[in-house]
Amino acid sequence: MGALQSLPGKPEYVDLAETTGFSFEQIGILHNRFKQLSHNEETLLRDHFNKIPDLACNPIRLQIIEAFFDRRNFRQNGEGTVEEIGFKEFLVVMSHFKPPSLHMTQEQRESIRRDKLRFLFNMHDADNDGTITLEEYRHVVEELLSFSEALEKDTAKSIADAAMLEVASISMGHMEPDEFYEGITFEHFLKLLNGFEIESKMNIRFLNMDTTTLCK
Amino acid sequence: MAELRLARRSSSLPLTGLMGVVLLVFVFVASASRDVVSENNKTWRDPAGETRGDSHHQTNSTAHKKAFPVLSFNYEHVKKPFEISLWILLALLMKLGFHIIPGVQNIVPESCLLIGVGLLVGGIIKAIGGEAPVLDTKLFFLYLLPPIILDAGYFLPIRPFTENMGTILVFAVVGTLWNTFFIGGMIFAVCRLEGGQLAGVDPLSCLLFGTIVSAVDPVAVLAVFEEIHINELLHILVFGESLLNDAVTVVLYHLFEEFTHEGTVTVVDAVLGVVCFFVVSLGGILVGAIYGVLGAFTSRFTSHTRVIEPLFVFLYSYMAYLSAEVFHLSGIMSLIACGVVMRPYVEANVSHKSYTTIKYFLKMWSSVSETLIFIFLGVSTVAGPHAWNWTFVIVTVVLCLVSRVLGVIGLTYIINKFRIVKLTKKDQFIVAYGGLRGAIAFSLGFLLTNSKMKNMFLTAIITVIFFTVIVQGMTIRPLVELLAVKKKKESKRSINEEIHTQFLDHLLTGIEDICGHYGHHHWKDKLNRFNKAYVKKWLIAGERSTEPQLISFYNKMEMKQAMMLVESGSAAKLPTIVSSVSMQNIQPRGPARHRAIPSISKSREQEIRKILRANLQKTRQRLRSYSRHDLMIDPFEDNVSEVRFRRQRVEMERRMSHYLTVPANRQETPPVRKVCFESEHKVYTYDDSKSPLGRTAEPDPSPPDAVSLLNESSQRANQSSEHRAKRNDELRAKVPDEKEEQDQLKLSRCLSDPGPNKEEDLS
Repeated sequence: MGALQSLPGKPEYVDLAETTGFSFEQIGILHNRFKQLSHNEETLLRDHFNKIPDLACNPIRLQIIEAFFDRRNFRQNGEGTVEEIGFKEFLVVMSHFKPPSLHMTQEQRESIRRDKLRFLFNMHDADNDGTITLEEYRHVVEELLSFSEALEKDTAKSIADAAMLEVASISMGHMEPDEFYEGITFEHFLKLLNGFEIESKMNIRFLNMDTTTLCK
Repeated sequence: MAELRLARRSSSLPLTGLMGVVLLVFVFVASASRDVVSENNKTWRDPAGETRGDSHHQTNSTAHKKAFPVLSFNYEHVKKPFEISLWILLALLMKLGFHIIPGVQNIVPESCLLIGVGLLVGGIIKAIGGEAPVLDTKLFFLYLLPPIILDAGYFLPIRPFTENMGTILVFAVVGTLWNTFFIGGMIFAVCRLEGGQLAGVDPLSCLLFGTIVSAVDPVAVLAVFEEIHINELLHILVFGESLLNDAVTVVLYHLFEEFTHEGTVTVVDAVLGVVCFFVVSLGGILVGAIYGVLGAFTSRFTSHTRVIEPLFVFLYSYMAYLSAEVFHLSGIMSLIACGVVMRPYVEANVSHKSYTTIKYFLKMWSSVSETLIFIFLGVSTVAGPHAWNWTFVIVTVVLCLVSRVLGVIGLTYIINKFRIVKLTKKDQFIVAYGGLRGAIAFSLGFLLTNSKMKNMFLTAIITVIFFTVIVQGMTIRPLVELLAVKKKKESKRSINEEIHTQFLDHLLTGIEDICGHYGHHHWKDKLNRFNKAYVKKWLIAGERSTEPQLISFYNKMEMKQAMMLVESGSAAKLPTIVSSVSMQNIQPRGPARHRAIPSISKSREQEIRKILRANLQKTRQRLRSYSRHDLMIDPFEDNVSEVRFRRQRVEMERRMSHYLTVPANRQETPPVRKVCFESEHKVYTYDDSKSPLGRTAEPDPSPPDAVSLLNESSQRANQSSEHRAKRNDELRAKVPDEKEEQDQLKLSRCLSDPGPNKEEDLS
């Protein structure tokens, strides 16, 4: 699907390629998909995402869709949400899922790790206050378990509580009985998922994609 | 053995002396029992001299009326099992000895030591003049190999295996093919050039030889890699390759053996060979999968006969192996497929004890097999007929190394184009260096029928095996240290990581769907949903079938924590992180808590509950009565536990924040069959002025363990996730009115708990 001839001019792609790190080919493919999703309009709305049939059985689809409209993921240090996004924002969000290339220094890897973990953190931290509170974490677990039947709300709560306890233990070490652990900050989050090797796991193969599958 | 303990305290010299004595006994038995293994003519020798005694009795009494033989001797009767058992016992004593002697463990891997022992034993036997037993091929393939493979397959880490499946397959199939043809071809060329003794070697024999010697051996890889604790990716790459190349080896071996008999090769034969490869591998997997499904289905109904559950796992797997061997399919792949398919469903169905049994039996059998294989390898080396040819052997060893290195480098170059996480040079080196040959090569070589070349081939094979296992095995550990290869991370799975693993799975699937790209995650997700919707309903008993993975993981973790408590007992420290963070630190500050004695806050309740639970888990359990087929729950031992209670309560208070918050009262089936350490809960309500009232479903005066504070919501939650509990006789009382006010103190207690006053000390 190298329909490069029908795409807008190259200079725009050069700019995008530089900011996001995708190759021209990948940008072309994603642009096609963008147009498919938005029915050839200029911007994507939440509705367009909601109409993707495969996404319907995903338990965390709301968070995923929100992540696309979250300014914090646009790498411009913005905050809050938007109602519609253009192709550039789409691409920037997608670039969080690029794999690290082979010849990278340790610092580059580290910054990619932070980048990806930041994306996850933003997904959990819905109210944008910089910490993941117990309520937000509970919400995450509930969403994850939302598609299984016979779920009691309290099971999710207890799992989230246990997880929170673990984070607090790892991050704070020792706490007086009267102290209160506000929530998971980004630094704690980093520490928590230290051994998780997210730079190897949170990746999509953009190379050999074919977007011939339908969205609707 | 008391003498071993003594020896450890003094120097290791007497210990080594003891080992020498054991060795000598081993030798005698070996020489006496070689007929068991090699089925030759035997001259039985008396190992211990116990036969002398009774012949006197006999001769004395022949003259008179034959007196009733008080003590008689009949060794023939038990000879075979006796000798087998003695062999195994002595082999294991050797293994034990290696671990006791300090320092040896770090330098030399165990496999080398065992081969050394085998060599020693073989050498001594030969020096004495007896005939040493040889590793019988049937014994190896039918009895010694399956436990090791089953152990590997059942505990195969699925996630890294499937993530790297492409790479593993490429290494296994293409790599082995490359090795075979390269080694075979070059050997043939060398033989032609060399002439003389080697001139008669024909190309097909060379290719056959190449097949045998090029396959990476799972037994050797396991033995060596287990001790170096390398990171998961490399481990699964080398190990997966060693498992999957069995199909290639089987096909090529039979192919070339047929050809050597026929003499000519046609294109049709080659095409048929390729077809055969697919049939062998896919057929093997299919056979294994069928048996796996059968095993899973059977385990669904075993809730009333828990004691025989592990046997089903073993027997179905072994049948899978044998069935595959009947059709000349790949037995190893069948065994792996069976274990992999069976495992998730069996684990959901069997009791915890059966799970432990399965795990330990598999580990035990594979350990014994491995030990025996290596010792036999050593003995067979000394025993077998050898035809040493310097050129041939040296060239073989060199070629093995060279072809392995070239193969890995070349294949990695191609593979890296398709991998997200590329393989670095270090990784490639370890993969190449870890390609060890082992007993499979030896056994296959032994099966060769062409005796002219057989001895020479066999010598070369043995040399290669020795070289890889001893030289490469010994040096791989310092090399790993030198190259600073990433080691296996020691941390245990935390609930956070599990949450995020699942979260990431869904996230990546979602992103793939948004991109419109049906990739890796999409298909995995589809498979999971299919599994959940259809397969689990059939293969998992009861309501566990709808339990989501996160919850089962969480339950497992709670169980592990609880067991750790029981086992640590009065040990001073817990292996967890020492922190005093507890539930109250993370609960959002609600309305002010009433600290009146009757009412305690929920978090306090939970802490108290934890303490009680922890204390009571430590009580020693005794069997009420002994029955061979039942595992009874134990009555409560008042005296001992009470003392320990008081002693440990203080300790427990210190450590209460370590525990996870929620009780996961996982119960197993009716208590008659199981020993529950965290079993039925009785609920009493308590008014502060009166003594504890009982409101239980069962008036049993001596309950087994356990109490839990009533926490209605958790109870409800646990009841829902505790589906098995519903099948029990209701020993657990359900409090009918679940909306009690917070004021009323609800404590549940076990009868042997010292009076209610003590509880207030805790608050």
